[in-house]
Amino acid sequence: MSQVRVGVDLVSVEDVDRSVLRFGDRYLRRVYTDHEIASCQGPPRVTAAGLAARFAAKEAAVKVLRPSGPRPDWRSIEVRRHDDGWCGLELRGRAARLAEEAGLRSIAVSLSHEGDMAGAVVVALAAEEDAKP
Amino acid sequence: MTMDEEIRDILAEHAKLPVDISTLGDTDDLFRAGMTSHASVNVMLALEEQFDIEFPEAMLRKGTFESVAAIARAIGTLVNTSTGQGR
Repeated sequence: MSQVRVGVDLVSVEDVDRSVLRFGDRYLRRVYTDHEIASCQGPPRVTAAGLAARFAAKEAAVKVLRPSGPRPDWRSIEVRRHDDGWCGLELRGRAARLAEEAGLRSIAVSLSHEGDMAGAVVVALAAEEDAKP
Repeated sequence: MTMDEEIRDILAEHAKLPVDISTLGDTDDLFRAGMTSHASVNVMLALEEQFDIEFPEAMLRKGTFESVAAIARAIGTLVNTSTGQGR
């Protein structure tokens, strides 16, 4: 038996595009990892759509991790892009500790974007004996 | 310009609130008023720029940015820490 946790989030692509223009590298380096930034290279709108989906994934992951105190740093939740195009989540630092405390054994992510909106769903499984509400 | 006025100017520019910031009180919940998580990142970056501070991971909680008063408290803590007045 296992317990399932689900998180979903939506982000405006235009908002992310504006943040990149306004805050530049400071915005990018504060929120995204080197791998995520490299995964989103392309024309500005393509970059913004990829980043927006990744921001949605980080927020969806936080909904799954359910922190009661400070939330994990955005960069401790990384969307890893596989060579074949699908993506996975890698947790570090406080995000990894929260997952461990909750007994989460497996975590998966799916990203999508269409027009001005980008979204992500994160699903995590915990073995029932480890699961903490 | 007071700190509260500077905070309100930043919120007016970056929080993307569907209501005029002047209609909200100092303790009104900004997230309930419509500020998104992504908008709160922009607010955080603009506050760091304006007050020459950096929010540490321990302060990355919704409560830090949930109201004008909460933001003012957080800035006060960071400014006092950096100048040694909070020790």
